[in-house]
Amino acid sequence: MTSPRTSFAEPTRFAKAGPWIALAVLAVALLVIAPLALSPFRLGLLAKYLCYAIAAVGIGLAWGRGGMLVLGQGMYFGLGGYAMAMHLKLADAGPNGIPDFMQLYADGQMPLWWEPFRSPLVTLAAIVLVPGLLATILGLAIFKRRIKGAYFAILSQALTAAFALLLIGQVKTTGGFNGLNNFRGFFGYSLYDPANKQMLYLIAAGVLLLSLALVAHLQRSRFGELLIATRDAEERVRFLGQDPAFPKLLAYVVAAVLAAVGGALYVPIVGIISPDDVGVVASIGLIAGVALGGRASLFGPALGAIAVGYAESTLSERFAGSWTYFQGALFVVVLLLLPGGLSSVLAKAREAAGGRRLRRVHAEAGEVAAA
Amino acid sequence: METVVAQVFTGLSSASVLLLVAIGLTLTFGQMGVINMAHGEFLMAGSYTAFVTASILRGSALSLPVALVVGFLIGGLLGIALEATILRWMYDRPLDTLLVTFGVGLILQQLARDIFGAPAKEVSTPTWLSGTVPILGYGFPVTRLFIIALSALCVAGLFAMLRLTDLGRRIRATVANRDLAESLGISTRRTDRTTFFIGSGLAGVAGVALTLLGSTGPTVGTSYIVEAFLVVVVGGIGQLKGTILAALGIGIGRSFLESWTSGSMAQVLMLLAIVAFLQIRPQGIFTTTTRSLA
Repeated sequence: MTSPRTSFAEPTRFAKAGPWIALAVLAVALLVIAPLALSPFRLGLLAKYLCYAIAAVGIGLAWGRGGMLVLGQGMYFGLGGYAMAMHLKLADAGPNGIPDFMQLYADGQMPLWWEPFRSPLVTLAAIVLVPGLLATILGLAIFKRRIKGAYFAILSQALTAAFALLLIGQVKTTGGFNGLNNFRGFFGYSLYDPANKQMLYLIAAGVLLLSLALVAHLQRSRFGELLIATRDAEERVRFLGQDPAFPKLLAYVVAAVLAAVGGALYVPIVGIISPDDVGVVASIGLIAGVALGGRASLFGPALGAIAVGYAESTLSERFAGSWTYFQGALFVVVLLLLPGGLSSVLAKAREAAGGRRLRRVHAEAGEVAAA
Repeated sequence: METVVAQVFTGLSSASVLLLVAIGLTLTFGQMGVINMAHGEFLMAGSYTAFVTASILRGSALSLPVALVVGFLIGGLLGIALEATILRWMYDRPLDTLLVTFGVGLILQQLARDIFGAPAKEVSTPTWLSGTVPILGYGFPVTRLFIIALSALCVAGLFAMLRLTDLGRRIRATVANRDLAESLGISTRRTDRTTFFIGSGLAGVAGVALTLLGSTGPTVGTSYIVEAFLVVVVGGIGQLKGTILAALGIGIGRSFLESWTSGSMAQVLMLLAIVAFLQIRPQGIFTTTTRSLA
C-alpha cells in the first residue's frame, strides 16, 4: 500500500510544468492576440506597461522572495533609460554631431563620458553592466554589513533620491528637469514608422517573457530555496553555515539589471526619460503593481504592473487627479487587507480545493485501514 | 569668519526644522517599528494650518502662536486617525507600513491639491519676527532665531516629558521591552497611540515653522521625508540624542556643502556621505545593546 502523503511531498508533474504552461499561454496572449486585437495606440501603451512589468519581475524576486523592500529601483530604471537615451540622442545627431539640447543649455561642448555611447554595442553592454556593477558594489557594501529591513529600504530610497537630484542638477549633460526626449530613430529604424513601433512592442514582450523564464528558473533553483530561507530566517541560514549575503546580492543584482532593461526599452517606446521617471515617487510606483499582483508569485508582479499601468492611463485620461487617490487607496487596501496580492486569493482557492482532495484521500486511507 | 558663522547659523536653523520632523519619526519608529511615510504630509498639514490661520486672523500678532497650537493638534489628530484605522492592524509587518503610509500620503497630497490648489502658498511673516539681530557682527534674521528657539523648546519639553512624567516612563518602558511593560500593567496600546499623537503633532509644528522660511505646497512633505528618515537612521532608531546630533550634523554639513557647490550637488554629496557613514556604523550613532539577533 502506498502512503497517501507521498503525493503531497513531491510536486506532481503538472505542478512542475505549471509555470511553463502559464508562460506559454502568456506568450500567445502577448505575441499573437494583443497585436491583432489592439489598435496601434493601445499597443504602444501596452508596450509601456510591459517595461514597468520587466522591472516588476525583478522587484518580485528581491522583495517577494528575498524580503528586501527595494525602494530605489527607479535609479536602475533610470541608468538603463539614460544610457539608451544618450545613444539615441547621439545617433540622431550624426557621426560627429553633438546632441541638440547641449547647444541649447551649454556651449555646445560634449563631455567625454558621452563619447562611448556613440557605439550601439557599448550602449547595450552598458545598459546591463553599469547597473549590474553598481548593484554588486552597493549590494556587497549593504548586505555584508548586515544592513537590512527598514534600514535597507530607507537607504535604497535615499540613493534614488540622490540620483534624481543629480540628474536635475547636471542640466548641461543630462537635460536636467526635462530629461532627454525627442528621439527620431532606434538603431537605424525610424521611430515614426508604425511597423517599427510594433516591432518595439514585440521586443518588450519578448524581453518580459525571457525575464519571467529566468526568474522562474531562479525560483526553482537551490538559490531560490536559499533566498526564501534567508527572507524567513536569516540568522538560521547563517547558523547553518550559509552566507545570507550571497542570495540577497544575487537577487538584488538581477532586480537591478531587469529594472535597467525595462528602463532602456521605455525610452524608445515612450519617447522620453526624465528625473520624474527615476525619483522616489516613481520608484514606489513600480512597487504598486508588484504588491497588487502578489509579490512572492512569479506572474503576479508582471500582471499587476500591467494592470496598474492600464488603470493609470485610463483614470488620468478621464479625471485628472483621480489617479493619485486611486494609487493611494491601492497601497492602503492591498497591503492592509491582501498582503499576498491577488495571486494569494488564487492560491487560497487552490488550497481550499487541495484541502478537499486531502480530506478525500484521508477518507480513502481511513477506509483502507478499516478494511 | 563672518561667512562661516553665517553658514553655521543657517545650517542650524534648517537643522532645527529637520530635527522637529525627525524626532517625531524616531519616536514612532523606535517604539512601534512603524515607518510612517505620511509623516511628511502631517508636516504639510501643519504648513497649510499656518496658511489658513494667517488668512483668518489677517495680520494679527497672534496668528503664529495660534497656528503652532492648532498645527500640533491637527498633526496629532491625523496621526491618531492613521494609527487607529490602519496601522494598529499592521504592527507585525513593519516594512509594509512604509508602503501603506506612502499611499495615505498620496491621498493627503491630492486632497491638499484639490482644496488649496497646486501652486505654492505664501504665508506672510508676522511683523514681530521681521528684521535681523546682529550677532558676532552678522545680521541674523529673527525668523531663523525663532525656529531654533522653537525647536530647542520642543526637544527640551519632550525630554522633560520622557524623563519626569508618568507618561514618559510608560513610553520608555514600552520602547525598552514591550512584553515586560505589558506584564507590569502598562497599556502599551494606549501608550502607542499617545506616542503617535505627540510625534505627529511635532510634524505639524515643524510644518508651521517651515512657513517662516518659504512658501508651502502639496509636495512640501515629500522633500523633507527622505532626509528626515536618514536623520533617524544615522542617529540610531529610537535614540533621541542620536537624532539631535544627526540632524545638526546633516543640517550644518549641508549648509557648508551648499556654499562650495550647487544645492542639488550638496544634497547628493550629503546622501553619499550618509551611505558611507552607515558602512562604519550600520546601526547609527547610538545603539541600544541587546542580545537579540535581529
